[in-house]
Amino acid sequence: MNDTPLRRVSFAECSARERIGGLFDADSFHEWLPPSQRVMSPHLAQLGVPAAFDDGVAIGAACLAGRRVFVAAQEGEFMGGGVGEVHGAKLVGLFKRALRDRPDAVVLLAESGGVRLHEANAGLIAVSEVMRALLDTRAAGIPVVVLIGGANGCFGGMGIVARCADHLIISDIGRLAMSGPEVIEASHGVEEFDSRDRALVWRTTGGKHRYLMGDCDQLVDDDVLAFRAAAVRALDAGHLLTLQSLQKEQALLAQRLRDGDGAEDAVDLWRHVGIAHACSVPNMNAEQVRELRQETPT
Amino acid sequence: MNWTDVATQLFGSAHDIHADGDFLSGSASFDGRTIAVVGSTNHAPIGYALALRQAKVVLNTMARHPGRAIFLLIDTQGQQLRRHDELLGINRAMAHLGCCIDLARRRGHRVIGLVYDQALSGGFITSGLIADACDALPEAEIRVMRIPAMARVTKLSEDVLTALSASNPVFAPGVQNYLRMGGVRALWQGDLPAGLRDALAHASTEDRRALDGRERGGRLLAASVVEKVLAA
Repeated sequence: MNDTPLRRVSFAECSARERIGGLFDADSFHEWLPPSQRVMSPHLAQLGVPAAFDDGVAIGAACLAGRRVFVAAQEGEFMGGGVGEVHGAKLVGLFKRALRDRPDAVVLLAESGGVRLHEANAGLIAVSEVMRALLDTRAAGIPVVVLIGGANGCFGGMGIVARCADHLIISDIGRLAMSGPEVIEASHGVEEFDSRDRALVWRTTGGKHRYLMGDCDQLVDDDVLAFRAAAVRALDAGHLLTLQSLQKEQALLAQRLRDGDGAEDAVDLWRHVGIAHACSVPNMNAEQVRELRQETPT
Repeated sequence: MNWTDVATQLFGSAHDIHADGDFLSGSASFDGRTIAVVGSTNHAPIGYALALRQAKVVLNTMARHPGRAIFLLIDTQGQQLRRHDELLGINRAMAHLGCCIDLARRRGHRVIGLVYDQALSGGFITSGLIADACDALPEAEIRVMRIPAMARVTKLSEDVLTALSASNPVFAPGVQNYLRMGGVRALWQGDLPAGLRDALAHASTEDRRALDGRERGGRLLAASVVEKVLAA
């Protein structure tokens, strides 16, 4: 490390490439199919919608604390990080290349609303192809680490893809879920989910909740270097999925279904699973929440 | 077609598939072997609990009947759109179902999905779409969005989208479009047992969908982009 003072840089406010620049070893990123090659969506042009030269995702190889990793970073500013045909195929290609070249890990900086609705059918198939390619990589013993901290969160099919990975890192302002609150409100009304109630949205889908429930492995501040340190810690966190591990997951999720019975709000659920000071969680910082999970009986 | 007709046409009376609410499970005898069956009906929304129930069948099949083929009967309106499911972590439950099916394939179980009525986005992304093959009946409906909803998102008129979809299957619902894009492996026309027999015998254990999409002319770029990444 050099001697310049470490300034906190908001991960959420960075673009995909700025995140890559700050997370990995200096100047170590080598991009595949960079914007100069203009591998773009053919469908958006047909719709008269502006396309991006990288279709909203940067992929390549980089070094992380000297270790060789493959990287993908979704750009939330382009169509909310939505997965279209080309975007999805770049991710699939990265995982297939990881299977062939065996890096120490694949690090996915996920920021996505899920399937890109402008190319909905191809996007849906693409997300399922990403899922299978990710699980192939994982089954080959190459850990897949997902970082979630973009302003658009990680939703829809990408919310499922993230949970297929070995290790998840999220910031307290990050969000991980399936359907966005606006979609649920549009479907079942404001009484079901008030999408403008930001505190409710974050209690239900935000990083603290996901960390406290064990859906994410590490909770960090919204800081690029905090993400970097967490990603370095995760490099050897791979674990193979086995019948036993999935039976254990089944039991855990079944217990959660019982714990959640009658829980109106995240606070009820936290209290139910034995988290101390459940009411105060929304006002805590990431460090305080990390301490809470360590104190919670498992 | 309703699931009881599908079951009867495929297995005659040689099955004990039963519905419990929206949840289907059981086993069936087909060409002299036993098949595990799991799925949903009534256009079920797939929520946290229903994903878990399906996963349990897959896990039990792996534990008790190594190698037994698994048949997924798919009829869903998509993922459950409820705050409580999000609170519990519906994405985790769905990922778990997908991981169970994926592991079953790796352990040598054939996994065949059949969209017999309708399938929407999140409802089958971790069932049929992660199986060895996702097949469909010709009259089934598969979509992410209908044309009117698509028109709202893209701010293009329904007429324009309908015209575009004649040449580009990406823009319109329908099993034929999913077939052309490689998302559906095959349609079961008329003779359902022949369809299942073919799927069990010929479904690839590799993910061929991008290649199929290119060969069938419905999804031209996916396979070549993957190849470009490998060659870069």
